[in-house]
Amino acid sequence: MSRLALYGRIYAMFLRNSLIRDMSFKVNFLLWIVVELLWFAAQLIFLEVLFSHVDRIADWSKWQVVALIGTHQLISQIFQALFYMNLSNLPELVRTGKLDTFLLLPVDSQFSVSVRQFGLDNVVTGLVGIGIITFACAKLGVRPDLLTVALYGLAILLGVAVHYAIMFSLATMSFWIVRAQGLIYGYYSLINLSRNPQDVYRGVFGFVFTWIVPVILVANVPARILTRADDPRLPGLFSLAAAALLALALSRLIWKLALRRYSSASS
Amino acid sequence: MKYRKAFALGVQNTLVYRWNFLLKSLLGLVPVAGALYLWSALYRARGGAAVSGYDFSQMVTYFVLTLVAESLITPAEEEWQISADIKDGRVSAYLLKPIEYPVFRLVLYPAARLVSTAVTLVPITIIVAIVWSHLVLPPNATAWLAGALSLALAGLLQFFVSFAVATLAFWLLEISTLVFIVFSFEYFLSGRLFPLDLMPPYFRIVSEWLPFQYEMYFPIAILLGKIDGTALWRGLAIQAAWVILGWLGCRWLWSCGLRRYQAVGG
Repeated sequence: MSRLALYGRIYAMFLRNSLIRDMSFKVNFLLWIVVELLWFAAQLIFLEVLFSHVDRIADWSKWQVVALIGTHQLISQIFQALFYMNLSNLPELVRTGKLDTFLLLPVDSQFSVSVRQFGLDNVVTGLVGIGIITFACAKLGVRPDLLTVALYGLAILLGVAVHYAIMFSLATMSFWIVRAQGLIYGYYSLINLSRNPQDVYRGVFGFVFTWIVPVILVANVPARILTRADDPRLPGLFSLAAAALLALALSRLIWKLALRRYSSASS
Repeated sequence: MKYRKAFALGVQNTLVYRWNFLLKSLLGLVPVAGALYLWSALYRARGGAAVSGYDFSQMVTYFVLTLVAESLITPAEEEWQISADIKDGRVSAYLLKPIEYPVFRLVLYPAARLVSTAVTLVPITIIVAIVWSHLVLPPNATAWLAGALSLALAGLLQFFVSFAVATLAFWLLEISTLVFIVFSFEYFLSGRLFPLDLMPPYFRIVSEWLPFQYEMYFPIAILLGKIDGTALWRGLAIQAAWVILGWLGCRWLWSCGLRRYQAVGG
């Protein structure tokens, strides 16, 4: 059996287990959907409050920012469906030594640690995000052509990669620090910068979070492609692609270092 | 005496998490800085005109004060520690000792805050230094005193909410979903996202009777001089009432939980 087929079969198994799990804890499953929708609603209320005082912020109109927030929602829900639960469990796996089980599987350990549980609830909340984006586009009178949709989709996937790399790096801190459980919420602190139009950021702060920890680009690049036809597309897309590849490479490096630390700690 | 020992123990236990506090508070600066950039863009678009009575300096001060208040009063690991004590059966050990667990926890809480405040002093100094020219001081002695008192009450209230949520571990296998739901409500309704003055009047009327705004918004609004006179005393009275209710609620939940706990163990 080829390596790819092996990964495919293992992933299918993970997926099946996750669905069974979600369906056996139905209340929990529904509650998470409610939580996610509450947060999303809070953001939209916040926007409504902001735009009751101005027409445009840093040259972004209200519905452009709604599309931006919808895009942010879509990217984070895809990320959370695939990876979130796994990465937030990682510190606990390290602390209790349950990580050993994952190291024994005949697949790459970063793969199995990252994707074992799939969050079905995030599929629901992701669809709500798509609904909001579509609504914002209609309000803006934007009718994207096929190329735009394709570029938008690509930018979304690159954004998911950045999300992954950031949360993965935070979660692997647990190899060095006791109880990094609280620390991984720092993921929200960083990634939520992407909900604001990138033009509001200035100075050193803007530079650091655009180019060094590239969180600001994540939702901004796809949202610009979709709703701001006058902005140039390719520079943003290229910087996001470079950022995603670099971030993934870095996460790989950190994992290798962390594993070395883990095995030396247990001996 | 025995609770003084508990306090020292709390300081020691929390020192283990000093790196967590430092990293967390550094990361905690990021969203506040992000919010300040967004607001400064908004004030630019308005040509500097005030928003719901807040000029730009007051808005900056509001967000800096939420950061300071957070390191002074917001429980950090308490929910997880208490629920872990319950789930792992460590509560039994406390039943044999001549101390009451809720009181014991109440003593540990300021000890933990002492450490978290000490550790977060560095990042907070950094942000205060950066926005120094925009900070406004409380307008008078009443604002200082009432603000400090209200902040202490807000701390108690936050602790009681955490404690109450943690005791649900007696009944539920997994409390993290609930912790997150409560946190979501607290975050929005306590005014951490923006000052509640920006919300419409009907929201403010409801919010005045709910506990959430007394966990963060209320003391900060006092310190900014937004609340004074009758409104101030009325607010403090409602806040004190919620604190007392919170403590009674925690004791009640704890004794209900213990009864169930013993029933399971026996």
